[in-house]
Amino acid sequence: MDLSFTEVQTMLVDSIEKFIANDYSFERRQQYAASDAGYSADVWATFADLGWTAVPFGEDDGGFDGGPVELMVMMQQFGRGLIVEPYLANIVLAGGVLRRVASSSQKTRFLQPLISGELQATLAVTEPQSRYDLANIETIATKDGDDWIINGRKGVVLNGGNAGLLIIPARTSGSNTDRDGITLFAVGGVAKGVSRDAYPTVDGHQAAEIVLQDVRVESNAIVGKLDEGYAVIDAVVDEATLAVCAEAVGIMQILTDKTVEYSKNREQFGVPIGSFQALQHRMVDMLTACEQSYSLLLWASMVNADKTEDAKRAISAIKYQVGTAGKKVGQEAVQLHGGMGVSWDVDIAHYFKRLTTIGQMFGNADWHLDKLAE
Amino acid sequence: MNVTFSKEEIAFRDEVRAFFRDEMPEGIADKQRLGVPLEPKDFIDFQKALYRKGWAGYNWPVEYGGTGWTTVQKYIFGIEMAEANAPGIITFGLGMVGPVIYTYGNNEQKQRFLPDILESNVWWCQGYSEPGSGSDLASLKMRAEHAGDHYVVNGTKTWTTLGQWADWIFCLVRTSTDVARRQEGISFLLIDMKTPGITVTPILTIEGDHEINEVHFENVKVPVENLVGEEGKGWTYGKVLLQHERTGTARVAHTNYRLSNLRQQASRSVRGAEPLANDRNFMRKLAAVEVELKALEFTELRTLAAVASGKAPGPESSILKLKGTELQQAVDELYVEAAGYYALPYVPSQYTLDFPESDRVGEGSETQSSLTYFNCRKVSIYGGSNEIQKNIVAKHVLGL
Repeated sequence: MDLSFTEVQTMLVDSIEKFIANDYSFERRQQYAASDAGYSADVWATFADLGWTAVPFGEDDGGFDGGPVELMVMMQQFGRGLIVEPYLANIVLAGGVLRRVASSSQKTRFLQPLISGELQATLAVTEPQSRYDLANIETIATKDGDDWIINGRKGVVLNGGNAGLLIIPARTSGSNTDRDGITLFAVGGVAKGVSRDAYPTVDGHQAAEIVLQDVRVESNAIVGKLDEGYAVIDAVVDEATLAVCAEAVGIMQILTDKTVEYSKNREQFGVPIGSFQALQHRMVDMLTACEQSYSLLLWASMVNADKTEDAKRAISAIKYQVGTAGKKVGQEAVQLHGGMGVSWDVDIAHYFKRLTTIGQMFGNADWHLDKLAE
Repeated sequence: MNVTFSKEEIAFRDEVRAFFRDEMPEGIADKQRLGVPLEPKDFIDFQKALYRKGWAGYNWPVEYGGTGWTTVQKYIFGIEMAEANAPGIITFGLGMVGPVIYTYGNNEQKQRFLPDILESNVWWCQGYSEPGSGSDLASLKMRAEHAGDHYVVNGTKTWTTLGQWADWIFCLVRTSTDVARRQEGISFLLIDMKTPGITVTPILTIEGDHEINEVHFENVKVPVENLVGEEGKGWTYGKVLLQHERTGTARVAHTNYRLSNLRQQASRSVRGAEPLANDRNFMRKLAAVEVELKALEFTELRTLAAVASGKAPGPESSILKLKGTELQQAVDELYVEAAGYYALPYVPSQYTLDFPESDRVGEGSETQSSLTYFNCRKVSIYGGSNEIQKNIVAKHVLGL
């Protein structure tokens, strides 16, 4: 057992910190979020240049063999920087599928351009009716000669409007909510029969409603094995859950720091508001929530890196923790900032909104607590 | 960064496990299992067994008889001690006054007091709070007047835990009132409980037990060589001690042990009732506490690791105290909920070795659940109430 970071992990943190300090001000972030794509292509190219898009992939694929701990330290910094670039959709979700089960020709075709930053991608995890059940898939793929015809809908697909590659889970056998019988298909974002309604999300990111109507793909579009896609999505979503939790912890920490700082400078009744005990105790609660969440995040990352028997439970534990403590910290940060906390032009509001959307993704606190209560 | 134990750590765990299995003095395990209160001799026997193994002052520096264990070893030791359902180590000597003496005492005091503390030959108690000084500890009034080769001590200490069994008491006393700040003029004094002029009066706590006392001092003569460190600097020493105390009061391993027992218990039927595990509401509450406790386990490890890198436990230890006591109380509440109606009977007399287990009211520890719940309301009050801890964190960690 060892709680210290490796040199590589520390370097990753340092390089992201430096990038955010020098090149990713809140004002720029807001410009990127407001642009058509909803992120900066230049920044994404920089991510690739600096090797960040390669971290989770194996050395054979041109990556750095990073695991859950490396992902955690990166995402925590992305949280602090309020990064809108679609690392989650590209690298964690789509990349997570490709890394695990793509054939070598699929890797050449999709994974290499993904790592180099030329290809945008995503995994369409959810359907309009599925809520948090990953097996609730009504999209159907039927065989037609050597091809497959896909019909169905995907909802709130992260980065769905930008993605040149959509990884589409579709039912190839069994009935809705069966874990068996789900197959993953690589579908082009502009393939015939794909229609996309792209929109920004409340946190400044991007998503899309996607309709697949008689989309014809060849059998080499199958990523992984026929009917055995569930285990892949499940593992990838666990990793994505850990990733957004790390992002959330980064946000919680910076919100707490900023709130404490603000309370030292903001004067009312002739004194800094941080001198009021009623507020001091609430900020201590925020700090405690951050410390507890960070501790649990370390544990969850480590047990998933070490693949201990706690690994799956740890995902639910950290998502529950971040869902509850994150909501608390976000709401308190806004409240203690007063009117500034609800102003569009102040970063607090946007950190809070990202915390809120993270709470809604990959199972909310209630949903994960239920898993833990089983 | 990894969470699995190395080969060496597993070997260490096995050694600790074997110790608790083989060397726990006779009778203690039975009493613990049956919920029979321990006597002073039980605690002493247990601590002496630790001493023989070289583990009594496991947190102490090696030069004073400590173990030199790593953070992970201490963590493992804590877990194994809880899993073995061992009695807690009485903290006043080994956890509190010992560290103050080896940090601030002179050589003569170290030689005189430390060996007996390590060997549990002397039972210590703590004289901090006074009837008029609780959370506002610096308002303490117990006087120690310098009179030649001794001090004359007058005043009252209160909430003195297990003072009825103590041989010695360490006290914060006021040696000067002519000071700019109330925190000055306070000194740290070691007092033999057999000194004439000391009387101990019991205070019964909420659940009906005699655990705490008032200790009265009337013209008690204390030799000046019993002053630790400098006169008037006792507040500083006392604060360091409280930080040690707070780190200890998190009791994460112990709470974990109780919580995992409760989860197991919930899966069984009691008196033919449906197992609690089928009660979604109960299990959700239990799971929520488990999550927070796992987080605290790693907060404690992080704190221990910081201490191991040379830092004294700082104000962050207040977070451990805050969260640790909250979770301890949350588990107490779950036990009460689990007991249902059987949280009602007040029958302490059935928790003796002679009382046939089959004649008891309630199963297992059911009828003790409410007593523990009541008793442990104290944990968010003692060692500086949790509101005081928040003041400390606000001031010293957040800089407010």
